[in-house]
Amino acid sequence: MSNTPVDNSRRRFLTAATVVVGGVGVAGVAVPFIGSWNPSARAKAAGAPVEVNVGKIEPGQLIRAEWRGKPVYVVRRTEKTLSDLSKHNDQLRDPDSEKEQQPSYAKNAHRSIRPEILVALGVCTHLGCAPTYHKGDFGEKVNGVSDGFFCPCHGSMFDMAGRVFQSVPAPLNLVVPDHSFPNDDTLMIGIAQGEA
Amino acid sequence: MIMNLFNSFMGWLDKRLPVTDAWNKHLAQYPAPKNFNFWYFFGSLAMLVLVNQIFTGIWLTMSYEPSGDGAFASVEYIMRDVDYGWLLRYMHSTGASAFFVVVYLHMMRGLMYGSYQKPRELLWIFGMLIFLVLMAEAFMGYLLPWGNMSYWGAQVIISLFGAIPIIGDDLTLWIRGDYVISGATLNRFFALHVIALPLVLVILVFLHILALHEVGSNNPEGIEVKKKKGSIKLEDQSKFTFHKQYTDKYDIVDAIPFHPYYSVKDIMGVAGFLIIFCWVMFFAPEGGGYFMEAPNFEPANGLKTPEHIAPVWYFGPFYTILRIIPDKLLGAIGMFSAIIVLFLLPWFDRGVVKSVKYRSKLHLFNLIQFSISFIVLGVLGTMPSTPIANLIGVIATFGYFGFFVALWFYSKNEKTQPVPERITG
Repeated sequence: MSNTPVDNSRRRFLTAATVVVGGVGVAGVAVPFIGSWNPSARAKAAGAPVEVNVGKIEPGQLIRAEWRGKPVYVVRRTEKTLSDLSKHNDQLRDPDSEKEQQPSYAKNAHRSIRPEILVALGVCTHLGCAPTYHKGDFGEKVNGVSDGFFCPCHGSMFDMAGRVFQSVPAPLNLVVPDHSFPNDDTLMIGIAQGEA
Repeated sequence: MIMNLFNSFMGWLDKRLPVTDAWNKHLAQYPAPKNFNFWYFFGSLAMLVLVNQIFTGIWLTMSYEPSGDGAFASVEYIMRDVDYGWLLRYMHSTGASAFFVVVYLHMMRGLMYGSYQKPRELLWIFGMLIFLVLMAEAFMGYLLPWGNMSYWGAQVIISLFGAIPIIGDDLTLWIRGDYVISGATLNRFFALHVIALPLVLVILVFLHILALHEVGSNNPEGIEVKKKKGSIKLEDQSKFTFHKQYTDKYDIVDAIPFHPYYSVKDIMGVAGFLIIFCWVMFFAPEGGGYFMEAPNFEPANGLKTPEHIAPVWYFGPFYTILRIIPDKLLGAIGMFSAIIVLFLLPWFDRGVVKSVKYRSKLHLFNLIQFSISFIVLGVLGTMPSTPIANLIGVIATFGYFGFFVALWFYSKNEKTQPVPERITG
């Protein structure tokens, strides 16, 4: 071997060195290509918080706000609705909101800051469709529960705190986005309680 | 005089590029088994459709506007104002469905005659990669008209990646390039649909054919036409001239040159195919709502979900598997597994007899139940979800995966019939 014009150990070293240096180069070049797929500054700006006037929502009424292009359901729940929430816990997947589908300040029995105001993304946690609000006629879907949300795509069901029922395709409760109340009538979606 | 000029030009060319050699190796002197039947039309038809998609696609980009604000209107513009725009678009949209019809039949052929078995495993894998890229291509193309079904279909499929633990949410954000599907998503899908994936597709088709010509074509009997060099008497060998790349290594029997014999046969296939294709394109371009879905005639609207979200028919089987599993992550895993098992088919099948003709009745039955399961899954995928449909879906899913599991068990010691040495008749 020693009298061939090829020095294999030297060649191996050079090959390894070239691979390492080249690999670092490839990884470096990949950064802009991968990074450019992130949301642009414009997209981020369009994702700014939105303000909703909750003073004029009637009890039982749902209004839709748009935040980051997604529908946000804002519902003023009645006393009866709130007291009924605990009656069907055994039919829910996650009655105590153990899964991180809400900010910590909304991890309570009514999944909200103010008991009467529910703020939840109208985006089914199965495959992202918009559930429809069934007021009074939800009993057709789940016996004994008068109001709730029903997803028309694959039949997922949620109660009036956005908690998902068992044996439907959706795995998780509806997402409660960051929200806060700068004053009595104003709801800010996208700013966490105590942050702004 | 003209012939002389042509010959001297070809002589000049051949000294610089192996044109004549490649022509002979892959067409005029390629040994193809003499017994190709109806099922062997679909390879060349798939290439025809690919060429159709590339040409009509290039022409469509000339009038299409890839932006959230302009996409839907530019498609209407193509349909109404651009001369022959409607025709180019219908050629492209009908071509997409035709592509899957042809490819599914092409794959069925491979299943029936064992064309995935040793030594054709890599050929099969290239084919499966083509199928995978084709599905990605079709999915991204379906977003481009920016109709409401485009939007919500993409929403459903992209959110599948959100089922991946830990990185899921960031990954979907990265894929969309926005907090929701938006113009940013549309533009990147456009770039991938018109440049990146077609490039990959063409390269894969090239490799698929190269791999095919290296191992040689299978046939309905599953009998190799390339025999060991020196094992066949000269008078028993095929009388045609084949390229020395093949004859140096093998004795060729029962084969004919691809050109002109199968080029002529394939032209017959093309004629038959075009009759059906043109009928659909001119008289039923929407395919009864299966090629173009009704909600897609209104613009994308992130606040309004269509009543019933259904994928285009060719994704139906995989969508049903996703849907019947009542868990998001497991559903996505089930759907992707359905494709992965196809990739692994050459190793699920431990048998040595290729063609269904010489295999056991059990295999024939398994193949039939697999085809039925696949079709049932496809039909269910286009229908709304109901308890009874879900039950049928579960059964068909077991049929689908059961095909592979059963195959693995019985193929080891399968009762097969003796396979003749030569293709007869």
